[in-house]
Amino acid sequence: MAYQAAFLALADPTRRQVFEQLRQGPKAVGVIAAQMPVSRPAVSQHLGVLKKAGLVADRAEGTRRVYYIDPQGLASIRIWLDQFWDDALTAFKAELDKEGSGK
Amino acid sequence: MISIAPVRKQVTVAASQQQAFALFTEGMSRWWPATHSTLKSPLKQYVVEPRVGGRWYAVAEDGSTGQTGYVIEWQPPQRLVLAWQLSADWQFDQELVTEVDIRFIAESDRSTRVELEHRNLQRMGERAAQIRGMVDAPGGWTAVLESFKKCATA
Repeated sequence: MAYQAAFLALADPTRRQVFEQLRQGPKAVGVIAAQMPVSRPAVSQHLGVLKKAGLVADRAEGTRRVYYIDPQGLASIRIWLDQFWDDALTAFKAELDKEGSGK
Repeated sequence: MISIAPVRKQVTVAASQQQAFALFTEGMSRWWPATHSTLKSPLKQYVVEPRVGGRWYAVAEDGSTGQTGYVIEWQPPQRLVLAWQLSADWQFDQELVTEVDIRFIAESDRSTRVELEHRNLQRMGERAAQIRGMVDAPGGWTAVLESFKKCATA
């Protein structure tokens, strides 16, 4: 499931730092790398994994590529649980209605 | 920190506060979506032990059990807080605690509003990171590889 990929991607501490940096807004690879003790190619690689997991998205801005948090990605676990509790409470209500009408 | 907004739901049922609380807890087996179980065999019973610290677990038809969490708050018939300890990969994890806070609000003798909040969901991500961290820590794979390197170069 999508949320598993998202959590797995964030399990790496360095990758999580890369992701955290994007919380301040869209950034280019070079800008992120400048803030971190890792090389630019390493940052690119981490961004690739985050992108594949649906956590970040990218767009071209002039000659450079800018990465930003994909608002859909981190929310995947939430979306799943949201659906789950909808189903559960609907079933809960149905069972109570059944109980009520049986009397 | 990364945070995920809590999941909030509410439903109004045609039952008294007591009836709603009882069905939610004692009667959980009767409504819990059977598709959502950690067990291999079909779900037979879902149990919430009626006290603070009580276990919240599922029993399968073959007798095996799977814990979901435990009771954090037990205030019948108004409020129940359950610890949901299933990880993102659907495994029980003692170290992981997310909270499901359920309030039963009496609107009349025969009408109760049930408000549910499942919060601290980001802990699922943090916990996944911790587990990964253990593997990366000295004593994990690093130590194994160091030891291998020593043998290999000896």
